[in-house]
Amino acid sequence: MARHIVIIGNGITGITAARFIRKLSDDRVTVVSSETDHFYARTALMYIYMGHMRYQETKPYEDHFWSRNRINLVRGYATQIDPGQKVVRIADGNDIAYDALLLATGSQSNKFGWPGQDLLGVQGLYGMQDLTLMERNTRNIAHAVVVGGGLIGIEMAEMLHARQIPVTFLVRENSYMDYLLPKEESALINREIAEHGIDLRLNTELKSIRGRKTAEAVETSQNERIECQFVGLTAGVHPNIDLAKASGIDTNRGIVVNEFFETSLPDIYAAGDCAEFNADGIGSRRIEQLWYTGRAHGKVVAKTLCGHRTPYQKGVFFNSAKFFTMEYQTYGDVPAQSEPHIRSRLFQSGRKLLRINSDRESGRVLGFNAMGVRLRQDQCEAWIRSGTSIKNVLASLGKARFDAEFYSNAVYRQAAAV
Amino acid sequence: MEHQASLQLTSSGADYSAHQKIGLAFIGVGLLALLITFLGEGALNPTVTLALSLAGLLTGSGILFARMLHQPAGVNNNGVWFSGATARGMAGWILGIVFTGFYILLYWTPSNLEQLIRGTDALSYAIRGSAADQWFLYGLFYTLAVLVMGIRMLIKYRDNRYQILRTISVMFFQLGLAFLIPNLMVLLNQPEFYFSYFWPLKYDYLWPSTFSSLTQGPGLGIFLLFWTAVMTVIATPVLTYFFGKRWYCSWVCGCGGLAETAGDPFRHLSDKSARAWKIERWMVHSVLVFVIVTTLMLWGNQWMGGGLLGGMSQEFSRWYGFFIGLIFAGVIGVGFYPVMGSRVWCRFGCPMAAVLGLLQKYFSRFRITTNGGQCISCGNCSTYCEMGIDVRWYAQRGQNIVRASCVGCGMCATVCPRGVLRLENGPLEARYNGPVLIHHDDMSVQLDETWKQSRPLMPPVQEDLPILTDDDL
Repeated sequence: MARHIVIIGNGITGITAARFIRKLSDDRVTVVSSETDHFYARTALMYIYMGHMRYQETKPYEDHFWSRNRINLVRGYATQIDPGQKVVRIADGNDIAYDALLLATGSQSNKFGWPGQDLLGVQGLYGMQDLTLMERNTRNIAHAVVVGGGLIGIEMAEMLHARQIPVTFLVRENSYMDYLLPKEESALINREIAEHGIDLRLNTELKSIRGRKTAEAVETSQNERIECQFVGLTAGVHPNIDLAKASGIDTNRGIVVNEFFETSLPDIYAAGDCAEFNADGIGSRRIEQLWYTGRAHGKVVAKTLCGHRTPYQKGVFFNSAKFFTMEYQTYGDVPAQSEPHIRSRLFQSGRKLLRINSDRESGRVLGFNAMGVRLRQDQCEAWIRSGTSIKNVLASLGKARFDAEFYSNAVYRQAAAV
Repeated sequence: MEHQASLQLTSSGADYSAHQKIGLAFIGVGLLALLITFLGEGALNPTVTLALSLAGLLTGSGILFARMLHQPAGVNNNGVWFSGATARGMAGWILGIVFTGFYILLYWTPSNLEQLIRGTDALSYAIRGSAADQWFLYGLFYTLAVLVMGIRMLIKYRDNRYQILRTISVMFFQLGLAFLIPNLMVLLNQPEFYFSYFWPLKYDYLWPSTFSSLTQGPGLGIFLLFWTAVMTVIATPVLTYFFGKRWYCSWVCGCGGLAETAGDPFRHLSDKSARAWKIERWMVHSVLVFVIVTTLMLWGNQWMGGGLLGGMSQEFSRWYGFFIGLIFAGVIGVGFYPVMGSRVWCRFGCPMAAVLGLLQKYFSRFRITTNGGQCISCGNCSTYCEMGIDVRWYAQRGQNIVRASCVGCGMCATVCPRGVLRLENGPLEARYNGPVLIHHDDMSVQLDETWKQSRPLMPPVQEDLPILTDDDL
């Protein structure tokens, strides 16, 4: 007898889970989303605003994919779960009965109680509705302010810049993203931001947003007033736990789960951005909010949902980003601040940077940062896993190159010369 | 989204700078002079008005391109889907109609182009030694389009050496081998010969009529026959084995050269659906069969002294020339750039591409590799694939891209924001890899037999591409 597995959220976690459930079982699968009819790549929101793509180009699967694979899509807003009757209540009045339920509700933009944060023209950027709102909020405006030096902040600055809207970018830190990136990497991005004509204000926080109905200006911690008609609030995101909370599921900052993504209630699971691993969970970071971790969660939880209880295990860390035209990839352990046991080697040539960390004692390679050059993930990961010595890594660094043919080899030459 | 392509000629919301206005003014003067030449009935000297027109167009383009240099280098496709010209807005349709109309006049009523042709006489005498005809005019316009829009490519992709070298290559082959040399050969009383085109794209190069005219004609005829045979039979498979079909389609070919330069602003308009891929496979291979059958019939008829089905082979070759050579390659192939993207002919019609594609798929070291699990499924690669390959479909599951139609332009790798794609020539082993998203091993589990038996395993998710099944179980 086929069970009914219901998934709340059609982001990368929910959809990955749905696809793998279909691969693994004949269970009925329903995905509920209040955001869009079909799965789209949230990472591509910025490109829609910039005119590189339209919504339809951001959909990784053609629309007929879902019915052909018997993945039932429901557009609706889940308001509550009745764990006793095993039913999800949808805002339009329909109930959906489940045998197993996966919450993959993602994140919400942070708001820190700034005066004026609810004025018109003030918004975060996380989902499709935010993009539609941003489209409306940035019509014919003369100046925009973006608050918060993270990935979404710099994306928003780039988006506005692409529409020729002058941007002031308020960043709390001394240097862009210096809490995650070593200072040379951070400095390269500061330069990149400036070269694109963004008014970057470091060491500056938002104090308040002024305006009667709509935003008219911001006041900064430097006691400056900046006239603007749009304020992007991009000071991070937090797990979206509204539904779990309303339904009596244990929550902390996120929906509390163990390494099997099991929540405090039977047959209810949570994965992706919205989940927080409990104390018995794995690793130091209890909430993982990357595209890649969302995909990994979805794949693992699908196995558990299909009856094969599988713990989530982190692999070698990796991530990537693009800051304006500057590409960035990181593999393994590359902390922002130097640590005594790490020896960090930096190779830099203009806008291209390669950092390789190794253990000071043993010489085993620990991590890589690449900016403006591309490294092969499986090679870097193999070196890190096997603890290859830095000497051998430098000698065979060419194996890790993933740059386009004829690409400059300046940083690799430096590395080979060591 | 509210921001849609509409009637606008260029991106909305953007005020034109003085710089842009000057550039556009020059282009306007150039177009006006072109119109005067076209319609002027010779009231004004067509050489002067055409020269004025080209001067206006070139200067205006130069001014607009110079502006791109002021922006930081790097991928910039801002507003591509907002501009009417590049997003099938009214400007795009007008462009398509103008291009298509030009081909129709060129092929069927060249007398309408008389004044334009006369305007190129001076140049024609200089490099060809005779008065111009419509083909000289066409070759000149074509070459100018490749050169001018090639310069735009060089500026747009100035931080990418692969794109730079490839663009210089197509500009060189178009100017040298597809324009200057054939015309100079005429000047030197040799056959008008195109060294960069081979059978079956240049279908008549292996037809008996070409053989007889080259062997009986003056000078280099035998060498030219030798060249054609060597390039078609030996060089094509060998080069494709080592480099993929890109050595020809995006480095040498004139059709590819125009698509990669003048066609670049329209590359995202190609249809990425699985249905379009199916149509493509049927059409391009049908054309290949058509040209092979036609060629064989012509030779059979030749050897049998006209005994094979009477005049049938002549009919076949006439129809092939008309439907494929004229309508498909020209009118639709170029005329539809602003509607269906820049590679309509290369994708759906070109028999050379079909041959190279079969070689590339089954007998080549070329592939596009993906970088572990770094794909974020954003879709830039698929969007900017002029051949309509859904690159993302492979990239997001960590699978190599081995597709017959890929011309190796490298644009997917160029626009990828996460460094996921790389064009490579590598060993044949493991060229077709399965879906191997990194961390595959950590997360895969050996399912025990009892579990397998208790739960019948379903066939893999249908993902439209009949290449490999997901072996994730």
